[in-house]
Amino acid sequence: MSLGILVVSHVEGIAAGVVTLLKQVAGDVSITYAGGTDDGDVGTSMDKISQAIAANDGDELLAFYDLGSAKMNLEMAIEFADKPVHLYDVALVEGAYTAASLAAADVSRGDIEAQLAPLKIK
Amino acid sequence: MLNGATATKWLDLFAATIEEKKDYLSELDTPIGDADHGGNMARGLTAVKEALAKLADPDLTTVFKTTAMALISKVGGASGPLYGTAFLEMAKKSKDTDDLGELLTAALAGIEKRGGAKVGDKTMVDVWTPLVQAVKDGKLDQAAIDDAVNATAPLVAHKGRASYLGERSAGHLDPGSMSSGYLFSALLNAGVLA
Repeated sequence: MSLGILVVSHVEGIAAGVVTLLKQVAGDVSITYAGGTDDGDVGTSMDKISQAIAANDGDELLAFYDLGSAKMNLEMAIEFADKPVHLYDVALVEGAYTAASLAAADVSRGDIEAQLAPLKIK
Repeated sequence: MLNGATATKWLDLFAATIEEKKDYLSELDTPIGDADHGGNMARGLTAVKEALAKLADPDLTTVFKTTAMALISKVGGASGPLYGTAFLEMAKKSKDTDDLGELLTAALAGIEKRGGAKVGDKTMVDVWTPLVQAVKDGKLDQAAIDDAVNATAPLVAHKGRASYLGERSAGHLDPGSMSSGYLFSALLNAGVLA
């Protein structure tokens, strides 16, 4: 069961930037992102998030987001998704980085979640 | 009487109000949010209006579901999933009943589940909660709507973008509460309650 990482931000550049950071430590982990609205404005799009879930090669995804409405759109996309996606209310950069580093070392989801617990901020 | 035709009229009236008031909604969203509520809602309701116009004699469930999907995919801000979930829950419930009070109760439960806000958090929940009750009691009027919207002004926000401002959010009307007030006013003016 391979783990993938999903990053969702209100701004495409933030999402893409976080992924650039993660790739440095987790080149073999499937990481996809969704940032901004369908029109490229600041916001989040359930359709974009659904596409990022579908494009991820992981069997099971760990999802990280920035602000409130990203979480709501993520939750809706998760309800429509055909693979398990777990959502974490942790600091976006630190949380995603921790998860990606551990996933790259084949650490289990349970152990990753234990490391994420202290990063919970929302 | 609520059916596909009157529900469409309700949403067309809501879309017209949002279009007319979009600058005001964004103004409300400027001191305590990200100044996009009017634009986001107008984009969503334009999509709703277009989608509904393509339906021929739709039933209630189809009207609500079409509205939900347009809002979810077009609004962009937090209002998309929140209003979208409200209409999605009404679509589900409308398979069993056309009772407006029951439908709106299901919508409110969906909003609370999606956003996690409670009464007093300075969100649309503060408007929906008393107004859904007013509909059930047969007491919905414009005065009740105005009271519910205005009551959000002194509150300190605990959810949504305004919550980042903490105490500084007090003294401002909540934009999502204002747009929710327009939704209930449209309900009055669509003659659904008669």
